[in-house]
Amino acid sequence: MHTETILASHLSIGFGKHTVVANIEFTTSPGALVVLIGTNGSGKSTLLKTLAGMLKPISGSVKILDGDPGKSPRRVAYLPQHPISSHTLPLRARDVVAMGRFANLGLFNRESLEDRRILQTSLERTGTIEFAEKPLRDLSSGQQQRTHLAQVLTRQAEVLLLDEPTAGLDINGRKLVAEIIANERARGVTVVMATHELQDADNANTVMLLAQRVVSIGAPEVALRDEYLRECFGFTQPH
Amino acid sequence: MLVAITCAIAGTFVVLRGLAFVGDALSHGVLPGIATALIFGVSGIIGAAVGAGVMMGGVNLVTRRYKLSSDTAIGLLFVGMLALGVLITSSSPKFPEDLDHILFGESLAVKPTNLIWQGIALLVVGAIGVFARRPFLLMSVDDGLAQTSGFNVTFFQNLMMAMIGLTVIASFQTVGTLLVLGMLIAPAATGVFFARRISSMMLIASVIGCVASYSGLLISFHFELAASASIVLVAVSIFAVGAIATEIKRSRNLRHDELPHQHEHAHAH
Repeated sequence: MHTETILASHLSIGFGKHTVVANIEFTTSPGALVVLIGTNGSGKSTLLKTLAGMLKPISGSVKILDGDPGKSPRRVAYLPQHPISSHTLPLRARDVVAMGRFANLGLFNRESLEDRRILQTSLERTGTIEFAEKPLRDLSSGQQQRTHLAQVLTRQAEVLLLDEPTAGLDINGRKLVAEIIANERARGVTVVMATHELQDADNANTVMLLAQRVVSIGAPEVALRDEYLRECFGFTQPH
Repeated sequence: MLVAITCAIAGTFVVLRGLAFVGDALSHGVLPGIATALIFGVSGIIGAAVGAGVMMGGVNLVTRRYKLSSDTAIGLLFVGMLALGVLITSSSPKFPEDLDHILFGESLAVKPTNLIWQGIALLVVGAIGVFARRPFLLMSVDDGLAQTSGFNVTFFQNLMMAMIGLTVIASFQTVGTLLVLGMLIAPAATGVFFARRISSMMLIASVIGCVASYSGLLISFHFELAASASIVLVAVSIFAVGAIATEIKRSRNLRHDELPHQHEHAHAH
């Protein structure tokens, strides 16, 4: 039996023929947290999009849950960076969260009682329930981010790909995200998340420092050594 | 009425996805098609369909092959097709009359066959709206979201274009290619102000479209004005009233919200 949820080998990622990061190697097991850290344009989002099946690998191979990326939408959920493209959408927070079930419902299936129960649980766990009936456009950016996180949870996926889930959140919001991720991992869900915040790496199994190449990869205490951080950001963390 | 409801359904997605310019381009892209069809004595609808197909294919080609933005591609093809349409119609002996009808429609001279076409178009557009409501909704938030939910974005994008194309083609005989855009955008855009859900946005847009059609016709009858133009002008006026009402409501809410906001801050600390 395979125990790897994600298996990337000699993986080169990018857009079209333009390689952003070459030769990525990593594997994850159920319940693992992989944190991708780097500056803008370092390749974090590109890697997540490749894992989500939105970008084709340039070379090498990548498998998610024993299949090609993008082939199991019910089992892999993706949170895009800044997902709101339009503030004119006449949607309540609850409707946006319910959209997370569309992968399971397909085009025609009706929402079942079970779907509604899952929706309700996601609303409660993320605190979205407080503003569930409000139109999305009236929510603060932090509340919108929580709404989208709730949407990802309704998928009840086995792998979560989160692009900067803590962006725009205050300290309480960040704590909530950390708590949600911990709960998901306890259920055996694999989480891969991109972030700017070094604190987000505290509980990770694996940290990958990216700067258009893999600067370091490994347990947080190894991957976040000063020399690697200097290489990645040009400065080190204050102690 | 049929035009109003068809336009409301398609228009809702046009506004949500920010495809107003596409609708604009399509409505003008069909012009040379209709003109050519009229010259050869073929049904204008077939000509319009061919015109719309060429327009959409052209936009796709220019954006994909030459990496130009879709705005540039649409703008380019839009004026090209419009110029071509005018050239073709100007070579026709009945030129001014033809062009006038194509651009501005003949709301008062609608034939029963037009009504049947419009009815079929409404059914098809409605069916597409129901069938593809989930992917369309996901796509209006984020294409990536639709794709990672297992929906083929390219297919549904084309389906949406086809839906808009069908709406334009079916409606041009009544309101004309220039004014169909008004019916497509104005009621749906007004719906955004007041709706909290997509379904209510469509309903509001349909009602506004019908009200605009009816009152536009009344105005044109009493004051002897062009019928289609009156309808669209009423629709746009309703939008303006809606915009002003929303502004007033927003400024009132801001005053109201001052207290709760302070409360929220206190809570956060």
